[in-house]
Amino acid sequence: MSIIEVRQLTKIFGPDPARAGRLLNEGWSKEKIYKETGMTVGVNKAEFSIRQGEIFVIMGLSGSGKSTLVRLLNRLIEPTSGQILFGGADIVRMNPEQLRQLRRKNIGMVFQKFALFPHRTVLGNVEYGLEVQGVERRKRKELAMNAIRLVGLDGWANSLPDQLSGGMQQRVGLARGLANDPDILLMDEAFSALDPLIRKDMQHELLLLQSKMKKTIVFITHDLDEALRIGDRIALMKDGSIVQIGTPEEILIQPADKYVERFVEDVDLSKVLTAAHVMFQPQTVTPERGPRVALQLMRDNGVSSLYVTDTEKKLLGIITADQAAMALREKRTIQEVMQTDVPWVPPTALLNELFEMMAETRLPVAVVDNREKLIGIILKGAVLSALAGNPVPEAGGVS
Amino acid sequence: MNLPKIPLGEWIEKLEDWMTANFAPLFDFITLVIGAMVDGIETALLLVPALLLILLIATLAYWVAGWKIAAFAFVGLFLIDNLALWEPSMQALSLVLTAAVISVLAGVPVGILCARNNTIRNTVTPVLDFMQTMPAFVYLLPAVTFFSLGVVPGVIASIIFAIPPTIRLTNLGIRQVPGELVEAADAFGSTPAQKLFKLQLPLAMPTIMAGINQTIMLSLSMVVIASMIGAQGVGALVYRAVTQVKLGIGFEAGIAIVIMAILLDRLTQNAFKKK
Repeated sequence: MSIIEVRQLTKIFGPDPARAGRLLNEGWSKEKIYKETGMTVGVNKAEFSIRQGEIFVIMGLSGSGKSTLVRLLNRLIEPTSGQILFGGADIVRMNPEQLRQLRRKNIGMVFQKFALFPHRTVLGNVEYGLEVQGVERRKRKELAMNAIRLVGLDGWANSLPDQLSGGMQQRVGLARGLANDPDILLMDEAFSALDPLIRKDMQHELLLLQSKMKKTIVFITHDLDEALRIGDRIALMKDGSIVQIGTPEEILIQPADKYVERFVEDVDLSKVLTAAHVMFQPQTVTPERGPRVALQLMRDNGVSSLYVTDTEKKLLGIITADQAAMALREKRTIQEVMQTDVPWVPPTALLNELFEMMAETRLPVAVVDNREKLIGIILKGAVLSALAGNPVPEAGGVS
Repeated sequence: MNLPKIPLGEWIEKLEDWMTANFAPLFDFITLVIGAMVDGIETALLLVPALLLILLIATLAYWVAGWKIAAFAFVGLFLIDNLALWEPSMQALSLVLTAAVISVLAGVPVGILCARNNTIRNTVTPVLDFMQTMPAFVYLLPAVTFFSLGVVPGVIASIIFAIPPTIRLTNLGIRQVPGELVEAADAFGSTPAQKLFKLQLPLAMPTIMAGINQTIMLSLSMVVIASMIGAQGVGALVYRAVTQVKLGIGFEAGIAIVIMAILLDRLTQNAFKKK
């Protein structure tokens, strides 16, 4: 379900935006318009929808228009044309009072340089949004304290912002954005001013918070790693236009054009792709079918081992061709000869977490979901192929 | 080529006549209000025995600015009293305080308007330049025409001379509030008034207070000039000493002004530092 629909959203900076808009429609490029008219196309007919509960990352280099785009969403910058549909209303057409209510209740924001009010305590900052809405003192303090606890700043409520480190300051920024429980949280390069380690912590914590809150988050960043790490979907911007929207995998594996391709070429895929991406649906055998059938299946499929599951697909173990042959000779059952200590990972495991395990075993790695069901297996070849940037044929075919 | 002289002076005099004829009731009203303010403050200051007031001011100075300024206040004010300049000093002080209060009450809102609107700022700025650079004696004349002789035109002249720093620095202080903070206040749905009172004024306060401090200093510097049109007080003593070439009296009265100036300066400077 989409919570925001953006249509043809355009921002032109300059004295005669209408004229520049016409030129854009005639197919003029951003550079040509700037050269001929001196006007800057900030955002060029952006078109996307944001789904309820997702982290939607808008990514691009500086000057690509991403910060402008996010400010168009709550109209800190006035759009030149286009629509932003939210809950049946067009934000672009709201009057000042409607806009104020929208900002107070529905859209929170976190800023790159924190933008904390230096004369207010942590508590005073966090409750600001509630205060301007006229929430009464006790209630707003309670809500603000909840938000402060949520970001792990208990005990700092009465400190002033400049007594806190950068990371802590941005936690205050985050708490301030969350205090009035908005439907949408805009995060403008929220972690870009933090040093790398703190930044990673904050990304991790945001994901942790998000797993509890299920907010819709619009996250702006210029950092591809960050986008890939936290984004459910990513919109890539260049020169004010969106060049591709997709999941991190789609962006990496099927770049829409040369620009995206160059952008993502240095990405360490092993830190992005998951076990689910490279696994494929294996042939399995249930113990009742006996070693003879197991051997036959191995021969038919050209493999040297088979995973053994019950009829519910619950993983029991693995049997190799040698073990099956031995069982046949000695008239034993599959369960008696199979190996139960198998290498396995959850589907969310990143490829770089798999390397060590794969080096230590000659067996294919099992992918097991949280109900202990075997949902796929991973072969070394598939991992190497994925890291080389090739699409994995069976990917997505396994549910 | 010989251009005729532009009759600028005549125009101004005509304007003066026209205003006297048409705005007399307004000027009378202003005279009444300002006169009452000065009288009120003066009466209050002189109601308290000098020694008691000295102690009160020293205590206030201790509380606001520490013991050094408190000691200075005690010794300085005691000296004024000792030189038998207490009453004229309090008269001058009430003129200064009246001018300062009105300047702040009018100047801060004008400064806020200037900060919000570039057109207003661009209109007000040259007026402020004019007020500050036109020799004070020149606007003593219309002040006398409109408000007759006495302390009221003195207060008016002081306000004209002293109000610009409050307006300028209020404008500057608000404009200096970082854009990202204003953006944050907007992003959380502040009304313009909420933004002003919860963010801009608190952050601009040190700058605004520097402007108010300047305003008080400038109005104090007007007490001698104001005495030329009949304002009573220590300024009048200086003026008389000058016309009669009496260095001793002039010096004594001058010292009283210096002591008051230093005290007002330190007190207003420290009043906001503590916050």
